[in-house]
Amino acid sequence: MAAHPQDTHEDDTEPVVEELVVEDLIEEVSIDGMCGVY
Amino acid sequence: MTIAPERPARPTNGSLVDQFELGLDAPICLTWELTYACNLECAHCLSSSGRRDPRELTTEQCEAVIDELQRMQVFYVNIGGGEPTIRPDFWHLLEYAVEHQVGVKFSTNGVRITPERARFLASTDYVDVQISLDGATSEVNDYVRGAGSYDMALNALQNLQDAGFLDAKISVVCTRQNIGQLDEFKVLADLFGATLRLTRLRPSGRGADVWDELHPLPEQQRVLYDWLMANGEDVLTGDSFFHLAAFGESLPGLNLCGAGRVVCLIDPVGDVYACPFAIHEQFLAGNLLADGGFQEVWQRSELFTQLRSPQTGGACASCQFYDSCRGGCMAAKFFTGLPLDGPDPECVQGYGETALLAERSIPAPSQDHSKANATRNQPIMLQLLTRPPISDCAESPLAGYEPGAPPGGCCS
Amino acid sequence: MADIEALLGEPWVLSPSVALRPEPFGALAYHFGNRKLTFLKRPELVAVVRALGEQPDVRTALRATGVPEAEHRAYAEALLGLAAADMIRPRGVAA
Repeated sequence: MAAHPQDTHEDDTEPVVEELVVEDLIEEVSIDGMCGVY
Repeated sequence: MTIAPERPARPTNGSLVDQFELGLDAPICLTWELTYACNLECAHCLSSSGRRDPRELTTEQCEAVIDELQRMQVFYVNIGGGEPTIRPDFWHLLEYAVEHQVGVKFSTNGVRITPERARFLASTDYVDVQISLDGATSEVNDYVRGAGSYDMALNALQNLQDAGFLDAKISVVCTRQNIGQLDEFKVLADLFGATLRLTRLRPSGRGADVWDELHPLPEQQRVLYDWLMANGEDVLTGDSFFHLAAFGESLPGLNLCGAGRVVCLIDPVGDVYACPFAIHEQFLAGNLLADGGFQEVWQRSELFTQLRSPQTGGACASCQFYDSCRGGCMAAKFFTGLPLDGPDPECVQGYGETALLAERSIPAPSQDHSKANATRNQPIMLQLLTRPPISDCAESPLAGYEPGAPPGGCCS
Repeated sequence: MADIEALLGEPWVLSPSVALRPEPFGALAYHFGNRKLTFLKRPELVAVVRALGEQPDVRTALRATGVPEAEHRAYAEALLGLAAADMIRPRGVAA
């Protein structure tokens, strides 16, 4: 039986290269931004 | 103090909030109540202040604490009380901290912020001043803080401005009575060149007695949230409204409870609590005099180790908003007698209201530093709560009857 | 883009009023002047920041610390973020 032209035998998941983003490196927070100090 | 066993190694990835929940080797900042003495008797005082505790740390002991904070590289300490400026060595300790690389913010009702002191503060770097104010008008403010306290606060703000002190803070505890004044608070802050800070009322200290009457109504929480989303860019909150995150978008801040993880309280006698709103045996980690110093308590107390272990959501875990509100405020739950692994009493989804209807017992306060006898500073709110009982010998059947007055005594 | 290219070729240094406190996951940087608090979430970034003052330019500091070339752009963006908070300064600028 002929395969449907839209069938694919390839694995859909390609290896993902995770690019480093600036949010992985720094995060700014206010000194007033944590609970427990009045 | 019970010492916890060795800490398990922590994973090095994960979000910042995940890391913070596991605790830090030193607090980032912490609250330090220098004295329980106070010239005021605010109805909602979280530390039930008024009378000095005779076991207060001495000047030398306070200097030793500052030395330790310096060694631990604690960046910032929020000094309060009671009224910290009432301590004769306050100004010395302020300078001592700054000279030892510990930044200081101090909370005050303004009583000692004279023009001379304001000029001194304007000449000092690394010091922030936070003036407490709970009403944009004297009527609203003085009802909970006492006659003349509004004028005293504004006087302090004026002195600071005149002296060229930049960016004082006006710190407001949000109540049923002042949520309608948010715009006016902002006007006041702008008028004095100050930054507005809005914080949450917790049922802590004397706050437990007035919480039923003072805490914002559910619809007012929505008003507050909307106002902060619209105007909050230059308004601070101390991250105290993270329980409102369940309305939708989170407000700026870490949106987590910092107790025992990134913040804690040192009280006037050296007791270390998880949080200034949790002054109770249950949240006492140790004493820095008796237990080998502050670092020892911070890093090795059993209480803090427990707080730093991964927390499950308990009854809240199945709520779709748990990730943003994290179950709300530990102190608010504890002092309303709610289980700590359940909803916050002011849960914006309404689960708290339901929980409050169930059987619960409000914990008795561990301590009370309130003045034994009322002074002329006693706010009207406290006067109403402490009316003397009607004598059994009163002859009139209407003795003690006041039309429109709340029934019974306090805690109704 | 131009900012990053410029930064990479310049000498920079940690600002004098900044305290850098190590943590298990990196470090906390606190600026005593403007009260800003920044988390450096990778120990490698902390090493770069510490090395800035001794290296002729940022690119050299990144290489000396062993940061892969592919990550230089992200690190430079992070350094620009630190610069915006005055955590780091161009060297030779008066305090």
